[in-house]
Formats: sequence, structure tokens, C-alpha cells
Amino acid sequence: MSRNRASQQRARRALPAVVLAGAGLALALLILPLVALVVRAPWDRVAEIVGGDVVGPALALSLGTAALSTVVSLALGVPLAVVLARSHAWPVVPRRLLRAAVTIPLVLPPVVGGIALLLLLGRRGVIGAWLAEVGIGIPYTTGAVVIAQVFVAMPFLVFAVEGALLSADRRTELAAATLGASRAQVFRLVTLPLVGPGVAAGAVLCFARALGEFGATITFAGSLPGVTRTLPIASYLALQSDPDAAIVLALVLLAVALAVILALRDRWMPGVRA
Amino acid sequence: MSDRTTGRGGAPNPAGGLDPGLVARIEAHRGDVDLRLEITATPGLPVALVGPNGAGKSTTLAVLAGAHPLDAGRIALGGRVLAGDGVDLPPERRGIGLVFQDYVLFGHLTVRDNIGFAERVKRGRPAGRAAAEPWLERFGLTALADRLPAELSGGQAQRVALARALAAEPRLLLLDEPMAALDVEVRAEVRTELGELLRGLPIPTVIVTHSRADVEALGDEVIVVEAGEATQRGSVAELRAHPATPYVTRLFATPPE
Repeated sequence: MSRNRASQQRARRALPAVVLAGAGLALALLILPLVALVVRAPWDRVAEIVGGDVVGPALALSLGTAALSTVVSLALGVPLAVVLARSHAWPVVPRRLLRAAVTIPLVLPPVVGGIALLLLLGRRGVIGAWLAEVGIGIPYTTGAVVIAQVFVAMPFLVFAVEGALLSADRRTELAAATLGASRAQVFRLVTLPLVGPGVAAGAVLCFARALGEFGATITFAGSLPGVTRTLPIASYLALQSDPDAAIVLALVLLAVALAVILALRDRWMPGVRA
Repeated sequence: MSDRTTGRGGAPNPAGGLDPGLVARIEAHRGDVDLRLEITATPGLPVALVGPNGAGKSTTLAVLAGAHPLDAGRIALGGRVLAGDGVDLPPERRGIGLVFQDYVLFGHLTVRDNIGFAERVKRGRPAGRAAAEPWLERFGLTALADRLPAELSGGQAQRVALARALAAEPRLLLLDEPMAALDVEVRAEVRTELGELLRGLPIPTVIVTHSRADVEALGDEVIVVEAGEATQRGSVAELRAHPATPYVTRLFATPPE
């Protein structure tokens, strides 16, 4: 038996009761609310509610805007990730400023993001006032929903893709070329397998975050049924009028979250790869 | 394609002399390095490029492999011009094998698929896998064929990198610091095996190193590169007996590992 394993076993035996109790409470806090959600769900009414006029439009709007936000985030976020990956060769100050700019939306309360977007693009905003003069109003439109979601969700994609790019060694492409691979073959057989999983994981994370977006959306886009009232907003509002509908909406969001974990299980739990 | 008839691979030409192998006159620059270097190499006599860090050794390999442009000069291999004279073949058309310091195996492919890669890009994945078999056997890798590179030891990864490069049937093999990524305990043994392998190959080989032990074990001909230029050429014995620069003196004063 190796020393290492022996010390691991000793550590397992020696776990104090306080640690176990704390861990148990922590797990309970994480899991029990979700159990309650599933237990109290009006399962006999799920089909009726999902087909009703509260869930249906919100679900369609959420899936549509989150998908569009993911596409926009891919189109803009992948180039940003490439720049971010290259920035490691930059001087310290611009490098850190760039990284901070991408990180801010991750740590900022989404409501603050929504207010900031209003101040930029609102009717009296820095750019919005000028846009309003030429007849373009962004707030309280479906477009505003997408902008709010991109603001909040794109950094997830940027960091996932940057990580993939950094771990992908450019010399791998040279190695493939010296073995006779054409440019197209290098891209298909080497670059894509190297970076593709990172891009896919980033897109899944981005989609999940966009789908759950609440604070920035309700602040910047409001809550117009069918236009800006997404799943989380509809769920929050329904809690007062039709609690069963709120629960079903919450279940839909929970199902999406579970699907994301399933899709990314290798990334988050590499030790349990089948 | 008439240039191919003038000789290729390691076959002796009809006149009975050695294949011309690699004949290169390189002028290139990268970063602070201004490189002006002539290299010739023939099968069976590995050439060691030795010199301090930043002298241009790795740039030389990059230029030979086609990863970095030639400013002036000419690179010919087996009588075929790869670069210069208005020619500039891309890496995939040079037929030059490259073994990186840290091997740079394809992390998402098994050992078998790494070694079969060159055949796969020509004739598809099944052909690649079939072509890998004899190389797996030759390099003692059969039991590891289905492993991923992350699951290999340093010595195993080096053998995969060599097999992968040789399976492409290159006309020149370049090795960048082949021992640097290995544990010190296994270096001596691996170095001896590598020397035997390289001397038995029908193609010229060029090794970049800054280690005295590598030069002594692998360099039948040694080119000392300092600040982009060759400051001394000769056999290990000649260099040791008549070091031309302080660097060469210091090199042979270092403990042999």
C-alpha cells in the first residue's frame, strides 16, 4: 500500500463530526428546495399548464431569445476569446483591463447590468437618446431581452473558449502538417477536436445562463407578455396569480439545468467518465 | 518530378557515394535571432546542432520544417529543392519528420491513431490503423496501442512521437531537445537506444540540443551555433580537443550528467 493511500484512509477515518454535520447541512440546503419543488409540483395539471396561455408564450419566447443570444454570443464571443487568449503576450495593464471587462458581468448583480443598459440604450441614454431621434427604441422590446441575455451570458462562453484555445497547442497543427495533413485536414482532424468541445461547452453554459436571466431582462426589457416576459419573469409573476403555473415554469427551468449538467458531465466530473 | 530521380531516401546513388541527403544554406530571422547557417546531413551520421539558448537552433528546425520562412538561401533534400530558388513548399509537402521537445502528441487520439495519422490523411482511418501496427510492434508499444497520450510515461510518449514521425516515411528527421522532457534516471538508456535508432535510419537526422551528453551520444557531426552562426564544426573528439569558442570549452567542462 502506498503511503499516499494510507494517509488518505487515515484522513477519511479522522473526519470530525462537525465537518460531516456542516457538509450534510450544506447538501440539504442545496438539494431539499429542489426536492420540494418536485414533490409539490401539480403533476396532474402539468400538460394543461404547459399548453396554457401563460407557459406556452413564455417558453417559446425564452427558447427563442436564449437561442438567439447564444448565436450572437458565439459570433462575437469567439473572436473576443481569441483576442483574450492572445492577450497573454500583452503588457500587464491592458491585459488585466481586458480580462476585467469580460469578468465584470459575471460578478455584477444582473439588475445593475439592466440599469446600465438602460442608461446606455434607454430613451434618454448615452446612445439611446440619439437612436430615439432617428426612431429606434430598444428598451422593452424582444431585442432588449437578447441584449440583456448576451450581456450576462456571453462571458461564460468567452472564458470557456479562451480556456480551450489556451490549452490547444498551435504546434499540434504543425505536427499534423509535417505528417502530410492538408490545411483542411489539420482543421478537421486536429484544431476542431482540440477547440470544439470548449466551444460547445461554452455555448451550452451560455444558453443555460441566458434562459435563466431575470434581473437585467426585467430592468432593461420589462415584462410584456409574448414580447419580453421570459420564463423566469413569468414564473415570478405567476407565483401571485397562479402558483401552479409558477411551479411548472420552475420545473421547466430545472429540467434545462439538469440537461446542462448532463451535457457537460465530462467537463465538470472528469473522474467519472464512462 | 524529375528532381526525384537524382536521389532520395537513403539509397546509394549509382556512383556508389552517399546520397546527398540534406544540403541547406539558411538565412532567416526570428525575434532577436539573425540566422546564417549551412547544414549538410547524410544518413547514418546524425548531426547535432548545439548552442546556448536563443542561438537559433529551434529556428533552424522551424525553417527546415517549413514553419518559418527562409529570407535567403536554399534547402535541398535528396536533390529536391524544398525552399529557395523561388520554391517554398509548405510543411505537409516537405516530407520532413519533426519530433518536438515535449512530443506534442495528438491528445484526443490513441497511440495507434497517433502513429497511423500520416497514413490516415492519405488513405483514411482504417488504413491508418493498419499502417500503425508494425510501428507499434517495432517500438514496443503494442500493449499501449489503445491508450491516450495523457496516460503515457515520458519515455513511452517519446517512442510514440518517433514512431509517428517515422511512419510518415520522411526523408529527413528533426529532433528538438529529445531528452529534455525525460526523467533524469531514464535519460542515459533512452539516449543510447535513440542513437542506435538514428544511426540505423536510411535518412539524415538533425538533433537540436544544449546538453553535452546528447552531443557525445548522438552527434556524429556537431555544429556549434552561437548568435545565429556556426562557430565550430567537427566531430565530438575534434571539438573537445580544440574548442574554438568559450562556449565549447564550457560545454565539455560540464559534468556528463
